[in-house]
Amino acid sequence: MDLTFSQEQDELRTVVRSFLAKYSDEAAVRRLAADPRGHDAVVWRRMAGELGLQGLAVPEEYGGSGFGYVELGVVFDEAGRALLCEPYFATVALAAEALLRCADDQARADLLPGIASGATIATLALTEDSGRWDEPGIRLTAHDTPDGWRLTGAKTYVPDGLLADLLLVAARTPGGISLFAVGADAAGLTRTPLPTLDQTRKQARLEFADTPARLIGPEGTAWPVLERTLATASVLLAAEQVGGAAAALDAAVDYARIRVQYGRPIGSFQGIKHKCADMLVEIESARSAAYAGLWALDAGDDTETAVAAALAQAFCSEAFTKVAGDSIQIHGGIGFTWEHPAHLYFKRAKSSEVLLGTPSYHRELLAARLGI
Amino acid sequence: MELDFGPAVRDFREELRDWLADHLVGEFAEHRGVGGPTDGAAWEVRLAWDRELSAGGWLGVGWPREYGGRGLGLLEEIVFEYEYARANAPYRATGNALDLLGPMLLKVGADEQKKRFLPPILAVEELWGQGFSEPGAGSDLASVRTRAERDGDEWVVSGQKVWTSFGVHADWLYVLTRTDPDSVRHKGLSMLLLPTDQPGVEIRPIRNLAGQDEFAEVFLSDARTGADMVVGEVGQGWRTAMATLGIERGTTLLPQQLTFEREAESLIELARERGALDDPMLRRRIVDAWISVRVMRTTNLRTLAELTAGRTPGAQATTAKLYASTRHQQLGHLAQELAGPAGQIVGADYGLDTRQRSFLLSLAETIYGGSSEIQRNIIGEQILGLPKEPRP
Repeated sequence: MDLTFSQEQDELRTVVRSFLAKYSDEAAVRRLAADPRGHDAVVWRRMAGELGLQGLAVPEEYGGSGFGYVELGVVFDEAGRALLCEPYFATVALAAEALLRCADDQARADLLPGIASGATIATLALTEDSGRWDEPGIRLTAHDTPDGWRLTGAKTYVPDGLLADLLLVAARTPGGISLFAVGADAAGLTRTPLPTLDQTRKQARLEFADTPARLIGPEGTAWPVLERTLATASVLLAAEQVGGAAAALDAAVDYARIRVQYGRPIGSFQGIKHKCADMLVEIESARSAAYAGLWALDAGDDTETAVAAALAQAFCSEAFTKVAGDSIQIHGGIGFTWEHPAHLYFKRAKSSEVLLGTPSYHRELLAARLGI
Repeated sequence: MELDFGPAVRDFREELRDWLADHLVGEFAEHRGVGGPTDGAAWEVRLAWDRELSAGGWLGVGWPREYGGRGLGLLEEIVFEYEYARANAPYRATGNALDLLGPMLLKVGADEQKKRFLPPILAVEELWGQGFSEPGAGSDLASVRTRAERDGDEWVVSGQKVWTSFGVHADWLYVLTRTDPDSVRHKGLSMLLLPTDQPGVEIRPIRNLAGQDEFAEVFLSDARTGADMVVGEVGQGWRTAMATLGIERGTTLLPQQLTFEREAESLIELARERGALDDPMLRRRIVDAWISVRVMRTTNLRTLAELTAGRTPGAQATTAKLYASTRHQQLGHLAQELAGPAGQIVGADYGLDTRQRSFLLSLAETIYGGSSEIQRNIIGEQILGLPKEPRP
């Protein structure tokens, strides 16, 4: 197992960072944050066409590049740093993962190439009004009819649910939890945007009224698939959180170097210097937590991944929020304004904290997985 | 997660595991986990254990053969430390010379110094103490005032050193001295090797808060050592000292982390016995303790992987000490809380159990090897590039 980054992985980071510096700079983030759909089709196509980011970890047989999770983690780290507003997390970390892990070769062959090419924006609809990420939280029902499966019920807090061309929906069937694919234009589907605290990642509420859906994988077998999908997404979200935290620290450090008070740069005062040092300790520790998850994913070790994923979410969520909050503090009054980008990171941190379950929930998952 | 470095290292690991299984028995096994980087307990047994290790050829795994080492590489050294800690073997009484002085001599010492001093270290024939800190120079080593003046073929050394780990046992000291009386701060310092068996050296033990003679204060009054006992260049002692401290920060964390993992496991066991896992507040702290030792493990693996790949370790190599030392203290507080009133009761002659000793000694971890405040300055200035504090 290689626990360092290879030269190729370093190069990937450099390429993605310079791409995002150009296409996801502060102006772009603010423009998309203010837009209800929050997506730039040109940038999305370039991400796929020039860099192959949507298909990075999709196997070659489905039109992807077949790279591993460490590579994908590098991209999410950079996406977090740039506060990328594109539906990348929903499409790649949630939907593509669910498809990759389901026992349905036909669905993979039908749906993954569109994701890999950038033609399909996709998401996973799991949470409902209860806001739960566990199996009992899934109440939406599906029933089999002579014309195929139909969904009835509602999903909410669905990342990029308004934008997605393809919705993967977890539903309860007579056989248990099952996964379904629903097209954006399906009959009986109503999509309502949810105005969000963090405007850089959109959410939607989806209502299904006898909506036709395609069963993915054997009926009743989806929960283990979803559990593994959530674990993977948790690790990738952790990588994104690390990137966001690192950017928040960089901004604070840059400011502390030039902002003069009492006749010298504030970064020369230990009160500020030590706070920045503590922020870096949080970030490097969070980086370890995220990397452990990426290594476990690349090693194909489901047990280790489940542990590392819960740990990564518990740890990285809090680290990002802490660091983003400290960054506002170091920026002083200017950091508390709408004009300054510090709040964008803080809000992304707070929303990421609950995106896949709260830190407390992940601690309980971890405790259960460790038998504590 | 296990480190796997290929077949040759795997054989080395097997040989080591077998040897440890055969030799870590009897009174050595009774002293598993005894001691620590700052712990003076069970000295005689640990010294005997070091001799056992020496006889088995396990001291100086990475040192050249001509000085009695095994001549193996960094990988084997890492595997040795890892397996050694995994077996919970007693802490090495000679650690100071093995981990600090030896690597320093190998790095900047003269050939004669290496030939003279390295073999007796590996044979456990000469024990060493570090004479860096002074009453007026703890973390601020540039304030060192101990003077050394040339007198013919000798240096004459006067001053006071303190916090000399295992100083009462030291046959030799490596001492940071000011050889240019007009110099200030880190200029004009030299690293001298000084025998303790002479009238000008007086060593008094200092008891630590766990009741052990862990360190000593050293009084030097016209103590003498040869002119050829300078390590590195005269006047370049600061550079030599910094090289040593870099080694110290890098090597002590791996075995420590495995100890912390064992402590976390035993903490969970204790919590289970006492029914504390049903208390959500305690369970949260227990999970956090487990998380922090797992994070330490991954951080160390990152550094080791970078070192073995020939890369310069990233920022985590510097942040690791601050993280580990503070989190270990939290773990100790939690363990004491779980132990409840029973955790306050000690044995005869202030005899501490492993948990109590580790908890109390953890208070030193945010002080030795550069205090947490110094660590934050280093991180802020050297890694983040923040401006230095103006000096008066």
